[in-house]
Amino acid sequence: MAVDDVSFDLPAGRVVGLLGPSGSGKTTLIRCLVGVQIVEGGSVEVLSRPAGSQALRNRIGYLTQAPSVYGDLTVRGNLQYFASVLGAPAGDVDRVIDEVDLREDEGSLVNRLSGGQRSRVSLATALLGTPELLILDEPTVGLDPILRRDLWALFRRLAAAGRSLLVSSHVMEEASHCDLLLLMREGRLVAQLTPTALLERTGASDLDAAFVALIERGAG
Amino acid sequence: MSFARTLATSRRVVGQLRHDPRTLALMMVVPIVLMGLIAWIFPAHDFDQYGPPLLGIFPMLVMFLVTSVATLRERTSGTLERLLTMPLAKADFIFGYALAFGALAVVQAVLVSGISFGLYGLQVQGSAVLVGLIAVTDALLGTALGLFVSAFAATEFQAVQFMPAILLPQLLLCGLLLPVDQLPTVLYWISFAMPMRYAVEATMDVMTSSTATSSYWTDLAIVAAFAVGFLALGAATLRRRTP
Repeated sequence: MAVDDVSFDLPAGRVVGLLGPSGSGKTTLIRCLVGVQIVEGGSVEVLSRPAGSQALRNRIGYLTQAPSVYGDLTVRGNLQYFASVLGAPAGDVDRVIDEVDLREDEGSLVNRLSGGQRSRVSLATALLGTPELLILDEPTVGLDPILRRDLWALFRRLAAAGRSLLVSSHVMEEASHCDLLLLMREGRLVAQLTPTALLERTGASDLDAAFVALIERGAG
Repeated sequence: MSFARTLATSRRVVGQLRHDPRTLALMMVVPIVLMGLIAWIFPAHDFDQYGPPLLGIFPMLVMFLVTSVATLRERTSGTLERLLTMPLAKADFIFGYALAFGALAVVQAVLVSGISFGLYGLQVQGSAVLVGLIAVTDALLGTALGLFVSAFAATEFQAVQFMPAILLPQLLLCGLLLPVDQLPTVLYWISFAMPMRYAVEATMDVMTSSTATSSYWTDLAIVAAFAVGFLALGAATLRRRTP
């Protein structure tokens, strides 16, 4: 998926939602930001530095779409390894275990956990250290409503502590939790606005309808 | 490159294997069983001739397979992508693996050599320790080759196929089936590029000479140099950015 001419702000203390249908280029854009995507032309800058540069690798927490943790290690074993790669302080592993509510499972092998638990281990990894920017690729997809609510509360707390968050989703309902929305379609950013502005602009009653209206208007 | 991160990576790799005791057991037991078979097949005289070179080759095959699949898994599971967005040098990753599997290779080579000489009655003119040293170096070479080729494999099927593709030609040309100087000219020259050739040459030295000759040490150093070279190539061909 090609992504063209994209530029946006990720203000500190804000949760920015990256929304769009499957295949609209959300993951490609995210991989560009963390510097693992081969960029055909042009340049990508994050926190005023070229994406992927060494200076950024302690400052960005990245959650891949599929849980990327070691199935044959325990929850704690995974976090201890990633913490030592990041040079995170000693108490960090316990902090993130509590943040994603995995205290009871910390000694279990990741392979034995449910899908939802596995994604939380992966999320916990992204929270290690003190990244000022968190880039989370579909962190809440496939989780039950209660967990989703808890995670959004966690994202709000992280934002309140001054972090910037970029959270992708293809579920429009999630947009209501965000301060600012980036709407993508076919590799292009079709709108950057607040959820309220989206509703006003389209005259739709809910975010789902608003997004559809916006996309169809863009296509027409 | 950071020593702490390399070491953390090795510890993690060993930790993963600790939770996979079957793989660990297979790695240790398979070369021993194979050597036992060779001892059983051949009369003592022939066993002393074919046993020592194979003692180095079996651990190499096993380490090659385990390493290439383990690193490939790291690519397909996304953990490598995540690590490469973190402050981990590519060399930390490669040498972390090399250290972990290298340690296992040492245990494996020592075990299979000990049992071959102690239990199966393998005999050489020179010191059994020198043969064991070749087995360890060969196993390290297998690890280095496995790390290197996994960069070229997109699936586990492909990774496994690299074993016959990379190792079997070496087995054919290393001087075990036919002394290298009896090979057709072109193949004779090609055999110089095969690390296994030097391992077999070193083994032949120990089989026929009661003390370590200088050509033994040269051959061993060449095998070790191949191993280090492939590790460096493995680090150089690791890409942070992928499509």
